[in-house]
Amino acid sequence: MIGTETDATTVEEAEKAIPATEEAEKAIAPELYVSISPHFKSAETVSKIMWTVVACLIPPLILSVFIFGFQTLIIALVSVGSCVGTEWVSNRCLNRPTDTIKDGSAVITGLLLAYIIPPGVPLWMPILGGVMAIYVTKVLMGGIGFNIFNPALIGRAFLMATYPVAITSAWLPPIRDAAVFKYMGAGVDAVTTATPLYVLKHYGMAAVLERFGSLSVIYRDFFIGWRPGCIGETSAFLLILGGVYLIYKRYITWHIPVSVIVSVAFFTWIFGGEKFFTGNPLLAVLSGGVIIGAFFMATDYVTSPTQKTGQILFGVGIGALTVLIRLKGGYPEGVCYAILLMNAVAPAIDRWFKPKRFAPEPQEGA
Amino acid sequence: MSAETLATFPMGGIHPRESKELTEKLPSEVMPLPSQVRLFLKQHVGAPCKPLVKKKDKVTEGDVVASVEKLGANLHASVSGTVKGVRNALHPLVGNASALVIATDPEAEPRSYSPVDWTNFSREELIAKIKDAGVVGLGGAGFPAGFKLDVRPGVKVDTLILNGAECEPYLTSDNRVMLEHPKDIVEGAKIMLKILGIDYCAIGVENNKPEAIEALNKAIAEDTQKNGYRVVVKPLKVRYPQGSADQIMQAVTGRARPSGVRSSVIGIILQNVYTTKAIYDAVALGKPLYERIITLTGKGIKRPANVMVKVGTSLSEIVEYLGGTTPDLAKVIVGGPMMGFAVSTLDIPITKTTSGVLFLTKDEINTDPHYACIRCGFCVDVCPMGLEPNYVSVYVEAGHGADTEEFGVDDCFLCGSCAYVCPAKRPLVQFMTLAKNDLREAKKK
Repeated sequence: MIGTETDATTVEEAEKAIPATEEAEKAIAPELYVSISPHFKSAETVSKIMWTVVACLIPPLILSVFIFGFQTLIIALVSVGSCVGTEWVSNRCLNRPTDTIKDGSAVITGLLLAYIIPPGVPLWMPILGGVMAIYVTKVLMGGIGFNIFNPALIGRAFLMATYPVAITSAWLPPIRDAAVFKYMGAGVDAVTTATPLYVLKHYGMAAVLERFGSLSVIYRDFFIGWRPGCIGETSAFLLILGGVYLIYKRYITWHIPVSVIVSVAFFTWIFGGEKFFTGNPLLAVLSGGVIIGAFFMATDYVTSPTQKTGQILFGVGIGALTVLIRLKGGYPEGVCYAILLMNAVAPAIDRWFKPKRFAPEPQEGA
Repeated sequence: MSAETLATFPMGGIHPRESKELTEKLPSEVMPLPSQVRLFLKQHVGAPCKPLVKKKDKVTEGDVVASVEKLGANLHASVSGTVKGVRNALHPLVGNASALVIATDPEAEPRSYSPVDWTNFSREELIAKIKDAGVVGLGGAGFPAGFKLDVRPGVKVDTLILNGAECEPYLTSDNRVMLEHPKDIVEGAKIMLKILGIDYCAIGVENNKPEAIEALNKAIAEDTQKNGYRVVVKPLKVRYPQGSADQIMQAVTGRARPSGVRSSVIGIILQNVYTTKAIYDAVALGKPLYERIITLTGKGIKRPANVMVKVGTSLSEIVEYLGGTTPDLAKVIVGGPMMGFAVSTLDIPITKTTSGVLFLTKDEINTDPHYACIRCGFCVDVCPMGLEPNYVSVYVEAGHGADTEEFGVDDCFLCGSCAYVCPAKRPLVQFMTLAKNDLREAKKK
């Protein structure tokens, strides 16, 4: 305290030097915050980043209503509700802070989970997937930042493993007449269709052309999003738009998305056709979940490597595994498992690819 | 000159809001004598000083009042007056520390100094004068300048760098010294060049200080007695932490100092510009280091200013001189906002290495609690040393601070770039410091 140590010779002088009241003391030394440096921080926060990602994911959802009908919105809301609810309940039960639901990461998981399941699934499926994604994949691993695998992808992989029929046959053909309530109610089963990748895998390129029109029509429709597929994965255009905005905001870098997309295109071109170098790379990139996976799932901070060189290896790994599963595996699509497999390798990649240090070793003759 | 062609260090770094406009144009003003001064016995790297005076002794401004045998720097009376003894005072870095207290005699005449021709002094005489004057590195580290210049025979030095980067936001004291005393700095550089027996000196200045660059260039051009010495100004691109030793040496010369060795190993001696001015004062004027310009700035103080104060002046007296603090003052930081130390009271004495004091208001500080690491890697991208603060912080949180050696914790100089960009607001500097401690403890065992 100021003034406690004086050279006063009389009591009166000492009292003068020592502040008599609390107000007087405050007038000299206001209550000050102390903390370790730096005392400046940038304006970015975890929740700001997460909610920006959510915003970038909204346009594909709006479009999906016009492609597959109104129930995609309901599935998305149920999925988000399931994820956020699971996070709140499980954190509550585990005596952890429950305000983590405000950071937006559970909302992203919910949206992504809905985006990678078919539009004709019953509503209990996103609920189950959400519990699996948040409780088992994230909360049990230690909460945000500690999950090894992408929660939404585990949710989908779980549904795929447990209810393979429900999740591989609930595809809907795109609506052409803006009748967004067309599939509402009981009529879903009657109109199921097949995805381009399914047709390609089982009936070949000629069947794809017969079913979806000429290549130029396919490119145009698939780029905009008018094709059978999962709820939010169809519109390459809107997903790229969102992804580019995230790159512009510097929340993600180009390394993972570009390496995933380029390697899917490259390996499909080499191995995807009847003979080597006859595959159709553009069709491969525009169908399935390549774009959404490249921009929104492989780039998940927690489950991807930090170093740029490591990120490129990670992206190429995803691309190669995707093509391998598509061409040789049992499933028509492989992005989901490709990302999950590379998630498992990400910590190892981070150990192999260390940042370049300033000047670690003393030089020769120093 | 366009910003692209300007030199800077190659990896990491950030560009926080500079906020120098509050004080950069304000000429330094001399504060009236304080009522007393409290001189910490250790204001330098090395052993603490031993007092040479007793209680009730009369001292005159500039007298040696404490000294040290080994590595260290003399302490001089910054005012004329009466010694009141050695007492504890609050040091912003180390907490309670011993300080010699001198009560000011307000009647005493200020001591005056007149320049002498230093060119006839020998190398040894020059070093002795710098050591006697108690000159330490004024950029913040406080390494005794005389010892730094006394390079061991056999070590080949070819470049002297003067650090005028002043990369910390807000601070403008180095800027004012370069503007107000450019000739002294050039002379000081020549003194050091003579001591080192070399002829080349580069002054690194960030180009957000165009007036300082101009003043230095003018002083160099007008210097009539170059005596073969080459002193040049190197404008640098604004980037934090450019003022750090490794970063400015690499920005100016392109040479990277390997971890754990002295800068002389790569042929460089680095001094702060203000230290250079103090060396000139010590040699040419015979004036010891006992006063300096500090920047008092921020929205939390009524009148931001660059003030020439006596070493040992209490911060509360300086604040009073500047009209007090504003009601919404929330944080007081000794040093800059990136590496400075927050203090809980204004009752602290100014030291030789205090370059400024920052007064921040409530809405300028971040008191958000920190969040879990989301592995975004922003910290890795900005680390100027190529370290991984993300992993260090997670290790330390999990109680494995002693296992962090692979992440290069020893290279960290606590610049705070990582914590600045962290979206989870994690106190990464604190985690780094804890990891350093844990590693040190583990090595002892």
